[in-house]
Amino acid sequence: MADRNEPLAQVKSRRDTALATLVGGVPYIAWLGVRFDRRGDELTAVLPFADRLIGNPMLPALHGGVTAAFLEVSAIVGLTWTALWDDMEAGRIAPDVARPDSLPRLPKTIDFTVDYLRSGLPRDSYARSRILRLGRRYASVQVEAWQDNRDRPFAQATGHFLMPQG
Amino acid sequence: MRAQGRHGRMDAQDGAGRMQDDDAVAPRAGAAGDAGPEIGPDADQRLALARQFLEQIPHARALGMVVTALGAGRAEIAMKWRPEFVGDPRTGVLHGGVVSALMDTCCGAAVMADDSGPRSTATIDLRIDYMRAAKPGQDIRARAECFHITRSVAFVRASALDDDDGNPVATATGAFTVER
Repeated sequence: MADRNEPLAQVKSRRDTALATLVGGVPYIAWLGVRFDRRGDELTAVLPFADRLIGNPMLPALHGGVTAAFLEVSAIVGLTWTALWDDMEAGRIAPDVARPDSLPRLPKTIDFTVDYLRSGLPRDSYARSRILRLGRRYASVQVEAWQDNRDRPFAQATGHFLMPQG
Repeated sequence: MRAQGRHGRMDAQDGAGRMQDDDAVAPRAGAAGDAGPEIGPDADQRLALARQFLEQIPHARALGMVVTALGAGRAEIAMKWRPEFVGDPRTGVLHGGVVSALMDTCCGAAVMADDSGPRSTATIDLRIDYMRAAKPGQDIRARAECFHITRSVAFVRASALDDDDGNPVATATGAFTVER
């Protein structure tokens, strides 16, 4: 049960620090340019458009690999975030941006299936993941990415993950 | 369905000619059903065109992908391990997204290298199975084979390898559009 009287700044700082530690510890997330918007426990992955993300310069369109990577990053961060939420809120872990090992290890992708629904436009992209199941060893995650219209996703994926042990 | 449309024509420049253009490669000119080993000037030219094609894909260039082999419906693409591609800094293992991008590109290249000469292709779906972590510091290669193609769909499988050749890092299967 959350402490109703806990100072708001403290609540926000705890959550933002945990998220920054999680995301900042992965070089590839920074290279791709993905960041995360947080509303309470809800995360939205944001991929600002950049020329180096193009896969088809004639159209132009995002590279299918970029789309897959963006979905996978979103799924892994979303899953880890959900898995550590209780420990974070209870103060059982103390994330430290300077020490990525202050968080549990990341889940490992077992398999990942991407459906390409329409061409990725040269625009910013957004993604949200949904944890279908989070067990002690295995987890299943669904993730959807869109650009201009939330109701018109341009790609979606489902993946299975092996959760860190110990 | 317009689908992803990310793999453009394997044109050298503009609409000048497909990778499978008669001028560039004539795999069927002489022998019927010529599916022999890809050697000789035609194969070299085909490889050069494919390299040029990949050079023009900004994201492939950003990841440092290079076409290392090309045959009928087959492609091999390699890229270097770089610290910024790491997914888990505690181990130095490449992020799955990098492997996905490499596999997707290689599968697309295999479709484009089909003897029927598709004008362009786009990924419909791609499933990747991650069998083990890629060894930190080692270059990674993908090999893809378009094992069946219809008028509008290509079926492709691929594997990703590091220095341990017989023990793939990941395998992939996918369906791709075929634009004629």
